[in-house]
Amino acid sequence: MDFIQQFINGLSLGSIYALIALGYTMVYGIAKMLNFAHGDVIMVGAYVLSLAAVKAGLSPVMSILFPVVVCMLACTVLGVTIEKIAYRPLRNASPLAVLITAIGVSYFLQSVALLIFGSNQRKVDSVIPKFSLTLGEIHLSGEAITTLGVTILIMICLALFINFTRVGKAMRAVSEDKGAAQLMGVNVNSTISLTFAIGSFLAAIASILFVSSYGFVGPYSGAMPGIKAFVAAVLGGIGSIPGAMLGGIILGIIESMSKAYISTELADAIVFSVLIIVLLVKPTGILGRKRITKV
Amino acid sequence: MKNKKNIIYVALAIIIYLLIFALVETGTASRQLQNLIVPVLVNIMLAVSLNLIVGFLGELTLGHAGFMSVGAYAGCLFTVSCDLPAFIELPIAFVIGGLTAAVFGFIIGIPALRLKGDYLAIVTLGFGEIIRSILNSMDIVGGSGGLKGIDKSGNYTVAYVLTMITLLVISNIIKSCHGRSIKAIRDNVIAAESVGVNVVYYKMFAFVLSAFFAGVAGVLYGQNLGIIKPATFDFNKSIEILVMVVLGGMGNIKGSIIAAVILTLLPELLRDLADYRMLFYALALIIMMLFSSNPTLVELRQRIFSRGKKEVG
Amino acid sequence: MALVEIRQLGISFGGLRAVDNFNMTLEEGQLYGLIGPNGAGKTTIFNLLTGVYKPTDGEFYFNGELMNGKTPIQINKKGIARTFQNIRLFKNMSVIDNVKVGLQNRHSYSMAAGIFRLPKFGRMEKEMTQRAMELLKIFDLDNEAEQLASNLPYGKQRKLEIARALATEPKLLLLDEPAAGMNPNETAELMNTISLIREKFKVSILLIEHDMSLVMGICERIIVLLYGRVIADGLPDEIKNDPKVIVAYLGE
Repeated sequence: MDFIQQFINGLSLGSIYALIALGYTMVYGIAKMLNFAHGDVIMVGAYVLSLAAVKAGLSPVMSILFPVVVCMLACTVLGVTIEKIAYRPLRNASPLAVLITAIGVSYFLQSVALLIFGSNQRKVDSVIPKFSLTLGEIHLSGEAITTLGVTILIMICLALFINFTRVGKAMRAVSEDKGAAQLMGVNVNSTISLTFAIGSFLAAIASILFVSSYGFVGPYSGAMPGIKAFVAAVLGGIGSIPGAMLGGIILGIIESMSKAYISTELADAIVFSVLIIVLLVKPTGILGRKRITKV
Repeated sequence: MKNKKNIIYVALAIIIYLLIFALVETGTASRQLQNLIVPVLVNIMLAVSLNLIVGFLGELTLGHAGFMSVGAYAGCLFTVSCDLPAFIELPIAFVIGGLTAAVFGFIIGIPALRLKGDYLAIVTLGFGEIIRSILNSMDIVGGSGGLKGIDKSGNYTVAYVLTMITLLVISNIIKSCHGRSIKAIRDNVIAAESVGVNVVYYKMFAFVLSAFFAGVAGVLYGQNLGIIKPATFDFNKSIEILVMVVLGGMGNIKGSIIAAVILTLLPELLRDLADYRMLFYALALIIMMLFSSNPTLVELRQRIFSRGKKEVG
Repeated sequence: MALVEIRQLGISFGGLRAVDNFNMTLEEGQLYGLIGPNGAGKTTIFNLLTGVYKPTDGEFYFNGELMNGKTPIQINKKGIARTFQNIRLFKNMSVIDNVKVGLQNRHSYSMAAGIFRLPKFGRMEKEMTQRAMELLKIFDLDNEAEQLASNLPYGKQRKLEIARALATEPKLLLLDEPAAGMNPNETAELMNTISLIREKFKVSILLIEHDMSLVMGICERIIVLLYGRVIADGLPDEIKNDPKVIVAYLGE
């Protein structure tokens, strides 16, 4: 029974990773860069959520809806702004320069949060209504059920959007070949901006679910989940939406099993070891496809 | 011409050493400044060795603190567990620390051969975290409390000699045909292979050598401070070294030295600004990259720079 | 025995047959032209010959030795060097260092000699500088030796690539559109240089080119590729009058 409980914990943790991984995988697939700051956008989102949670004078529905909407708006605007200021000027620069900039942005968000809020963790109230399911000895929290449900819903919407809309088609075109897409009349800059907007919007949702489950946020809260989510995206195959989902769930289960049966301290080490092994055995990830380098 | 340059470097190295010697032995330098000499030299070693990978090979690693910690633990564990006189013990400890780190450099070099850019950065980041978690949970090295009771035998003379060796080896390699091969890989792997550059060998070599010196720097750090904790060698330490490399200019050894000196001294001397240290690092990374890689900003920088030159000339 | 012997070489990318049943014999000292419309598979053949791609079928013999499955580095050591259609220089290195990297293939010294500046270091470096300057002089690049490769004008970058390839002392030189982006004067000058290096270095050349005057002017034999298949192989005059080639280039 304990095993099943751990499995469910892993599933719930994994769906948060999956949600964050979706943001990584979209940005990576289309802008061909690792947005190191993605995890920190989640941290910012959590702070915004806690600041916007003003109970006074709002109906019960509004007191949940208001912080959620503010958080989503803030993350989306932040994501697009980051892209515009820091990444767009480096569109044709070496990948190394872009990556270092992204690390700089991540560090920037963390240090600003540190200066404003200090290093202490801040308590955030859950915006998910209290409920839970108990099946025999297995306990399912409302947060876990909501997280899983929302993640699956978003994945389906995203897959439909990418595959069946005009804008989605433009995104796939940019991901295949920026130059050719431009020649075909696709506005590459606005497509990439939109990708960042969607990615950051997903980060906002991840942030709401994450902070509702954990209850606290600090300046470094986003960094580790962010990196692990990237690991999940790589595991599933970068650029692939189902891959991000699969990778996230697998990673969540590995992590919660390691914590339960091996060692809490070594759980992160195990997660990263999995990444290294996967990259050595199948660098394209589970669902990724191979690209031929042009010479 | 070239020989003249070398003589100047040697003379400079001796003068700087004599200066440090004079400042310390006459007690002119404050206690605080004296305590900073070895950390400055440790950071120079770290920055210059990281520059070999980031600046010359053109790969990003985020696990340099990991190499440092492996070396530090291996070397310091040796000096703690055996009871030889310092002049025998220390050199052996440095070699042990360096070689242990080099072995890890080799292991990390293996994925580096197949992966590039972002993937490699994440793998090296993961490596750093793995090392830290393992050290944290290992009781023989003191777990998260750290390894205590290390002889504080790593004084400024030892540190200075090690730094000079690091600089000599790395800058001589860079100026040799082997350095050219490494830079050729950075500039264009496919072209490098097409003219017979052994990419596998040189990538591996750069990782192993860089890790070796990071390991030696780690031992030096431990032997100077007397205690090493896993938490010291976290991701932030790796970023700090990266900032030194980026700020000094990727592929510029002199720049790394200057940046390492400034970035080690400044936060210590301006304690009030310590809170803004991370913010400064972040902005340094972003601004340096924008001004070195954005075409418009590069042009702007060149214009300002050339105007300055004209005025001088 | 012929220097290059290619039998039924082919490669598929997924379902796409990029090159199919490619046969070719290149004698020592010969200058062969490889032409065809865009996307015909010319550069793919270069990539197959230099080990960038592994052929899915067929054989490639160089000097009587089977080269299938060898890496680009091994192939270069055996004596094949190339240039690239989209120039691939070591941009952040000086012009002379670009050539020196090529020279290192055959002239190098140990790591220890480099670190400790042993006598061999000085001797070899001096020799390499001298050889590199000789090569640069041939391409009229000796005045730019200390400049960054990326600062050279386009035409000179192409020349530098040839110089770098020659520095590896190849028996076979593969030139991928060496005259692309050059004006007629530069192209004429390049034709002279190619003839000159062929004499001076005793090197065989396989040349991809779009500029017909260049191909017809200097190549001894020409092979024409269309959709990955050879449609003609012969002397320049034969190619000029081949109805299949005319159709391929001008349409019916």
